[in-house]
Amino acid sequence: MELLDIIKPENKVFSKTEAMTDTCLSYCPGCGHGTAHNIAMEVIAEMGIIQDTIGVAPVGCSVLAYDFMNIDMTQAAHGRAPAVATAISRLWPEKYIFTYQGDGDLAAIGTAETIHACNRGENIVIIFVNNGIYGMTGGQMAPTTLKGMKSSTSPFGRQEELTGAPIKMTELVSNLPGVYYATRQAVHTHKHVRKAKKALKKAFENTRLHKGISFVEIVSNCNSGWKMTPTESNIWLEENMLAYYPLGDIKVNGKLK
Amino acid sequence: MKGNEALAEATIRAGADAYFGYPITPQSEVIEYLMAEQPEKRTGMIVLQAESELAAINMVYGAASTGKKVMTSSSSPGMSLKLEGISYLAGAELPSVIVNVARGGPGLGTIQPSQADYFQAVKGGGHGDYKLYVLAPASVQEMSDFVEDAFEIAFKYKAPVLILSDGLIGQMMEKVKLRPQKARRTNEELIADEGTWACTGKTPDRERNIVTSLDLQSEKLEERVHRLYAKYAQMECEDLRYEMINCEDAEYIMVAYGSSARISLKAMELAREKGHKVGLLRPITLFPFPKKQLFDLADRVKGFLSVELSTGQMVEDVRLSVEHKVPVEHFGRTGGIIHTPEEILEALEQKIINNGTVRHHKTREQSI
Repeated sequence: MELLDIIKPENKVFSKTEAMTDTCLSYCPGCGHGTAHNIAMEVIAEMGIIQDTIGVAPVGCSVLAYDFMNIDMTQAAHGRAPAVATAISRLWPEKYIFTYQGDGDLAAIGTAETIHACNRGENIVIIFVNNGIYGMTGGQMAPTTLKGMKSSTSPFGRQEELTGAPIKMTELVSNLPGVYYATRQAVHTHKHVRKAKKALKKAFENTRLHKGISFVEIVSNCNSGWKMTPTESNIWLEENMLAYYPLGDIKVNGKLK
Repeated sequence: MKGNEALAEATIRAGADAYFGYPITPQSEVIEYLMAEQPEKRTGMIVLQAESELAAINMVYGAASTGKKVMTSSSSPGMSLKLEGISYLAGAELPSVIVNVARGGPGLGTIQPSQADYFQAVKGGGHGDYKLYVLAPASVQEMSDFVEDAFEIAFKYKAPVLILSDGLIGQMMEKVKLRPQKARRTNEELIADEGTWACTGKTPDRERNIVTSLDLQSEKLEERVHRLYAKYAQMECEDLRYEMINCEDAEYIMVAYGSSARISLKAMELAREKGHKVGLLRPITLFPFPKKQLFDLADRVKGFLSVELSTGQMVEDVRLSVEHKVPVEHFGRTGGIIHTPEEILEALEQKIINNGTVRHHKTREQSI
């Protein structure tokens, strides 16, 4: 049998989701953003809600998310995505609105917008990709940078007495009554990708039911910022990031676990 | 009605879809009126008190990204906070209306009226190459009328529009004739009007719509900025607004907008009673600015006095327009103090009428 005989529609076992464009990802090889984009878009396509979904892109590595996600998207100022999403959700209450934000965007400059959107219980999904560093600007310290972790603005390692402890946003917002679902996931292995996709599905189902905030943190790597190979960064993520940011559901159906 | 209340009522009547704001004196009546009026019940319009001016302007950005008719209002210190968002609105070409009921500055300044935000309003304010279309109401009637006018301009050009008022116009009470209620657009009508660009949900029959102000390729950004400036040029041709009072026989012209224009009207009456041929040019739009009108007037008058509640900001644009043909002086009180008609008349006489030897190259400090 020739190769071309095998490439037939009836033999096809996997296709890229129609909710992703054909544009090549601008992320570094090994970065978790591409996987996080892909599973979020797969969920939207599988739920049949492409025409009812509006995404809000952040400032940071994923600022160009709208180049890759094949849905209507608006790009917010740094940290302001939850405010932007609030207005869209209030004006289009039957639509599915999500923000896609990194740790600098959500947990530093946008902390006020994050807390207040969560406190109001806006009917939106917040996808929070936490890689413990500012990737786009070249590896500076983030609010989620681990203690002792080196970055270009903490060259001798993060010192708690100078810059505080790494902030656990998902635990923090889970205490607000407006948050219906808060979970922490990862996308560095197949097993984790499947779980994270399930969590995202649950999040968008919550929007369908008008339940309020679904907050999905995805702990990811930044091999460029961490100055490691992709494989090394995944091992480092398992051993260090997940030790401080344990995976799993924190709040489900409005109840803390 | 109070100016702020008239503006709030006009927003509902203009068929606005949403208002997002944050309280600050002297404009808090806008959101207070809207909250009490419950426009959700009248027209379905959404009103939300944001956690900050930053959040409010970015809520405006979100609503405008979907083609909705949206407004926010604030006062000077709050406007400074909104400037980041306004720059994004301009860059992303989003129709929206922003209101500044200005107070004295810099810093926390005072809650009393001021026109010291002129530079911020007409010279950009936020970062980057952009301008705002700026309307300056001088009465409670105009606080009401300019809302609908501002929305029309915002959607005509797909650009943010600023209504620059001040604490005097916002707080004073006058009779006002309200315009009739306009229907809010249905989502179907909105999609028909704005569906080519707004984020309303990607349907299978079209490509996705993206709202952004980011162009990593410099050539693309230059193209975008040139597109913005083509709009500004069109505004100058088609949507300049001004009023000339007693300018036909005038030998001296006062230039004043907003509350200063009202006080200058009285000063003009006093001057005429004394036999001085004084006229008033009131810019209604601060951008576009009546440059040509001033340039032409300069051929037949002896001097101009720019009257502002500031140490002299608009006077720079008057001087640029007049191109040194005749003297241009400034008079104004600042820090929240409102000049009297008598003070203006005195300044007119001292600086312009009785001063035939005024030199054009006086320093700024001397001319204040």
